[in-house]
Amino acid sequence: MIDSVDKKNRNLVRKLVLVAVLMFGFGYALVPLYDVLCEWKWIERDRPDDIKQVPEIAYTVNRDREVNVEFLTVLNESTDMTFRAETKQIKVHPGQYYTVNFYAENKTDKPMLARAIASFTPAVISRYFEKIECFCFSEQTFKPREAKTLPMRFVINPEIPEEYKTITLSYTFFDNTEKSVKK
Amino acid sequence: MSAVVDEHDHHADDHHDHGPAKGLLRWVITTNHKDIGTLYLLFALAMFFVGGTMAMVIRAELFEPGLQFVDPAFFNSMTTMHALVMVFGAVMPAFVGLANWQIPLMIGAADMALPRMNNMSFWMLVAGVLLLASTLFMEGGAPNGGWTLYPPLVLQPITVGKALPFAIFSVHLLGISSIMGAINIIATIFNMRAPSMKMMDMPLFVWTWLITAFLLIAVMPVFAGAVTMLLTDKFFHTSFFNAAGGGDPVLYEHIFWFFGHPEVYIMILPTFGVASTIIPVFARKPLFGYASMVWATASIAFLSFIVWAHHMFTVGMPIAGELYFMYATMIIAVPTGVKVFNWTATMWKGAMTFETPMLFSIAFVVLFTMGGFTGLMMSIAPADFQYHDTYFIVAHFHYTLVPASVFILMAAGYFWMPKWTGNMYNEKIGQLHFWLSVISVNILFFPQHFLGLAGMPRRIPDYAVQFADWNMISSIGGFIFGASQLLFLYIVIDTIRGGTGEKVTDEVWEDAAKHSLEWTLPTPLPYHTWTTPPTVVPTEHVLDSH
Repeated sequence: MIDSVDKKNRNLVRKLVLVAVLMFGFGYALVPLYDVLCEWKWIERDRPDDIKQVPEIAYTVNRDREVNVEFLTVLNESTDMTFRAETKQIKVHPGQYYTVNFYAENKTDKPMLARAIASFTPAVISRYFEKIECFCFSEQTFKPREAKTLPMRFVINPEIPEEYKTITLSYTFFDNTEKSVKK
Repeated sequence: MSAVVDEHDHHADDHHDHGPAKGLLRWVITTNHKDIGTLYLLFALAMFFVGGTMAMVIRAELFEPGLQFVDPAFFNSMTTMHALVMVFGAVMPAFVGLANWQIPLMIGAADMALPRMNNMSFWMLVAGVLLLASTLFMEGGAPNGGWTLYPPLVLQPITVGKALPFAIFSVHLLGISSIMGAINIIATIFNMRAPSMKMMDMPLFVWTWLITAFLLIAVMPVFAGAVTMLLTDKFFHTSFFNAAGGGDPVLYEHIFWFFGHPEVYIMILPTFGVASTIIPVFARKPLFGYASMVWATASIAFLSFIVWAHHMFTVGMPIAGELYFMYATMIIAVPTGVKVFNWTATMWKGAMTFETPMLFSIAFVVLFTMGGFTGLMMSIAPADFQYHDTYFIVAHFHYTLVPASVFILMAAGYFWMPKWTGNMYNEKIGQLHFWLSVISVNILFFPQHFLGLAGMPRRIPDYAVQFADWNMISSIGGFIFGASQLLFLYIVIDTIRGGTGEKVTDEVWEDAAKHSLEWTLPTPLPYHTWTTPPTVVPTEHVLDSH
């Protein structure tokens, strides 16, 4: 009697420990799952960090409309750089292509690998903001004390709904040197 | 407590020891479910006062606008630590303590299924909480990014100092401890039950704990995983939540709340179980709708897994997501409503008496329902944008935790202490404790609804002068509530040391033995009980389901 209860206990404990271990794994499985789910069409998540490159196609330019595009530059505390937008804001016609420049400088005496991450306000706008060329598509390498002019070429899709009159685009530069070295 | 009682059942098992070991070491090496239950309960009580002291610091700072007593970083440490200590150090261990004492008694088992693991999970809990508390004395102070530990805030050196890895390791220990406790409870309920007791004969406290234990096993590992990701992001250059490396901080919130929402039910389901145990005894009627109570508990547990993002309405979600999480959340009101209805119906036309445990239970039904209603308000996604991260949510979850979980823990103490110790508590002081608590808890938390609706954000040490009056009232309520709990401490000590000296019968409460097995045992309880399982189990509480 006692032995059979012990055996039953052991079996049950084994199963329950397995469930706990699987759930620990499930926590990690949520990471890729999250990315997959966010790609689903019907979820229509507006990724503020969208980095997809779009080929240059000719749109009909809407001369009647003007959208104000503002550029913000942000450095987080650990990134020792100078980073600014050479054009702070620009009025654009949907469908027409524009190129704006950013200025970035490595203030350290070491080579630096940095990554710019974009963020849109309002977030839904990222769908209509198409980038043909951007320094944010890949990591940027800087030699010690090197300064660079970084271009960004974009177009606003003419299908952009009427109510959007101002778009704010913010870039944050992150110093990834250490991370990349470790890899 | 039961230290002086010797086991008379000498024929039971030769390899069984017959009484508690002598001296203090007894409490370290004990594998007896009653001893471990006592350890858990006393530890939880101590932590209740530690976390309560932190709450007093918070309320003192908020007594007036401006910075009075503490600097903002320490204030934020206090809100963070208050939450962690109360959740993982007080409420959860208190319910595990009740489970240790009551589940074997209620199902006719001699002990928990895995007594040595039981001892280990208690001491691991102590280690985890001490580790967490040690961060208070570290350079840079205790974690102060909120108990949810959201990145990127929690990863920034300015907010954590050296404490983060210690806090994370502490969460690991607490997690392992509760998972072991949960496994033990499930094994006990499944394998150690008296042969004559069917699943649908089990008292609701046992049922609710069984379901809670499954929730614990399912979500504590997920939380452990989330904080491990924080750890590797901070120290091992991974980028789970780091935007620069392709990660997303919002992902953390999803993982956290996948744990966090079931976690809040882990704290409330055993509360429901205790309320369903106490109310029928003092209404002198069987519990109304036993089977529906079981099903309601199970459905609340299931729903808790699919509503997590209602904590994140303002974070940014597709409209379909907002709608789904809104409606899914509202559905929880249905099984919860069933429960409130059943408690009320149990009292309906009952021959009620109002001893302290019943008073606390009735206050629970009323005040928990209020907390539930504000929860319903916040489930409305568009309205939640106003309530999010304001004192409204603070008022909401404190209503569901303090006058609900904490009140029911007090009720459980008053209800079972006479049985455990063989001594009667002082009813007059008990009633005084109740009335002071129930009035002051409302002075404390009700004004916070107004503050929240007016826009006062949570987790800030200073505020605009427009919020001054209600904050002062809330603080006064807080001080009275805090001081009243010293009465409870007095009663616990007094009852252990002899109480009123009144003779306590085996049943303690009139006809209690009709409701549950533990009241058929002698008072005070012998050190070992149910060495032979009971042959007849009371089923009055399940009459209407048979």
